[in-house]
Amino acid sequence: MKIHEFQAKGLLRDAGIAVPDSVVARSPEEASAAFTKLGGPIAVVKAQIHAGGRGKGTIKGNPDQRGVQLVKTADEAAAVAKNLLGNELVTIQTGPEGKKVQQVLVEAGCEIDRELYLGIVVDRGCGMPVLMVSSEGGMDIEEVAANTPEKIFKEPFCPDAGLQGYQVRKLCHRLGLTGATVRSAEKFMRGLCKLFVQLDASLAEINPLVVTKSGDVIALDAKISFDDNAMFRHAPLAELRDLSEENPAEVRAGEAGLSFVQLEGNIGCLVNGAGLAMSTMDLIKLHGGEPANFLDVGGGAQVDAVTEAFRILLSDKNVKAVLVNIFGGIMRCTTIANAVLEAYKQVGFNVPLVVRLEGTEVEEGRKILEQSDVDIISAEGLTDAAKKVVAAAGAA
Amino acid sequence: MSILIDKDTRLICQGITGKAGEFHSKNCIDYGTNMVAGVTPGKGGQTALGLPVYDTVVEAVEQQGANASMIFVPPPFTADAILEAADAGIKVIAAITEGVPVLDMVRVYNRIKDMDVHLIGPNCPGIITPEACKMGIMPGYIHKRGKVGVMSRSGTLTYEAVWQLTNLGLGQTTCVGLGGDPIVGTSFIDLLKMFQADDETEAIIMMGEIGGTAEEEAAAFVQEHVTKPVAAFIAGRTAPPGKRMGHAGAIISGGKGTAEEKITALEAAGIEVAQSPADMGEAVVRAMKRAG
Repeated sequence: MKIHEFQAKGLLRDAGIAVPDSVVARSPEEASAAFTKLGGPIAVVKAQIHAGGRGKGTIKGNPDQRGVQLVKTADEAAAVAKNLLGNELVTIQTGPEGKKVQQVLVEAGCEIDRELYLGIVVDRGCGMPVLMVSSEGGMDIEEVAANTPEKIFKEPFCPDAGLQGYQVRKLCHRLGLTGATVRSAEKFMRGLCKLFVQLDASLAEINPLVVTKSGDVIALDAKISFDDNAMFRHAPLAELRDLSEENPAEVRAGEAGLSFVQLEGNIGCLVNGAGLAMSTMDLIKLHGGEPANFLDVGGGAQVDAVTEAFRILLSDKNVKAVLVNIFGGIMRCTTIANAVLEAYKQVGFNVPLVVRLEGTEVEEGRKILEQSDVDIISAEGLTDAAKKVVAAAGAA
Repeated sequence: MSILIDKDTRLICQGITGKAGEFHSKNCIDYGTNMVAGVTPGKGGQTALGLPVYDTVVEAVEQQGANASMIFVPPPFTADAILEAADAGIKVIAAITEGVPVLDMVRVYNRIKDMDVHLIGPNCPGIITPEACKMGIMPGYIHKRGKVGVMSRSGTLTYEAVWQLTNLGLGQTTCVGLGGDPIVGTSFIDLLKMFQADDETEAIIMMGEIGGTAEEEAAAFVQEHVTKPVAAFIAGRTAPPGKRMGHAGAIISGGKGTAEEKITALEAAGIEVAQSPADMGEAVVRAMKRAG
């Protein structure tokens, strides 16, 4: 689960981790009042959307207005807020349609000496959370990793013992931080590592992490994502979710326990297992088609959830044919077959349906479909299924 | 021989009284697996599927000589169940449960990595040695005893490969689904070592997917240490980038993780890479022919 920058900074502030003073504003008046309240000679107005690249992004229809802007007066803060609020901000991560700005963060400016990068993720390789820092703050960190990997320094840490003091000192040495700044960095880094574990985060990224002219380490930006699997023990975090930032079909699928990603093509896919779902997409492309989605119904889904999956697929106007590719293990073919009948009853099929069933309870599942009056193109094996659905989508 | 499990394996199910645990335990018994007990805390003294149910794994070990466990308990309790099994002296654990918090697995992984135990999963289909022992949720009928070792990060993709092999007349020694989570107990390299050392295994197929560097590491290991023919498939060639992995996730792996990079690494190591998921069985045949 992703959250907004202002929410992430709120969590940091509550944990005693240094962030600039800031106020959230949802109208130009609030932005003006926020500037006055912060009392500084300068402030920064930042659009709040779930996407990176806001500083270089521009408002749709107003290419002069960027997503992050320095302001020097309350009136200026209000004017920038007016340009941003209610409009779509287009960045390299949003796609051309952009994302609507519903709030801005008005933040006190600070005097920047250096900009660094800091990130925490769980590293599959060593099986531990890892703190990464780089001297190249503010840059696209993937570029740094590709071009100058020697500028990234990593320290794994045990979730329960946390990041140790010597690890901070080593990283500071690598970054060239000295004196009181080391103590400030220690408080920041150890605090953030602790928070990462406490909240079951999957990603915490501070880019840039700033060293101020007075030598303090402070988060100028903050991005935190949480492990969806751990949300059961963090009920308060669920309130931070902003559904308007997410694809509606993906939200619907998530509520039904389905893993769904919207794509651009016209062949709807309903598959069990992430690997097979990805392979099914690969296969459709290989045979000249374009998948409309990735959909993994998982193993434990019952008839209701699978029926909902059909509803989501069929509600996509781009979909010209649907491929059901099931290799039952924990998922039973009978569950899928019953869901096909249920979906047919509830929504009807307005596009051709190609079904390939194999695995647990396959004979029973096939029988259910054969004995029904639903019009189905049945397929034997992967290639046959892909060819038939590509042909069906092309003919539609 | 085979790896990890065989007809002498004494299997238990943690979570046998749950719906999925019971259904799949029954399928394992029907397949001919030597299941000796179930474990559900608070339900000790009951029976399930004609097997004794214990409150603790240690009782199942002491009273039934259990040495393998498949775990079906809900995600919040899975880490505890794995540690309980390892502590009780179980040698092979398959955690089927999907949805275990990553940091729970970090703790489990680091606790058991130096213990004498093999953890498969979580979020995996389990392990099967065809015609001897089925320990997991895979459909039994698609398998056939033979000489190909099968390993994969994806459950259903494993079934797909096995089905293709069986239809080509190629049986399997043991099939292992490693699990799709970021942190799992066993790696491709762990299994490559076992398959290389297993007399009955004559060829190996691995199914990987985008993300992480497990396939690249496996490729390097194959080049150095594996003399048997190896085939592979990578799922996710056409997946849109960045949809599931955060930015920093790609960094850790130094920009690696795309299907193309993985395929290049595999081919450079002399591995026969299937170009389509429908070509996995044939890729094993080609790898074996190439090796003579």
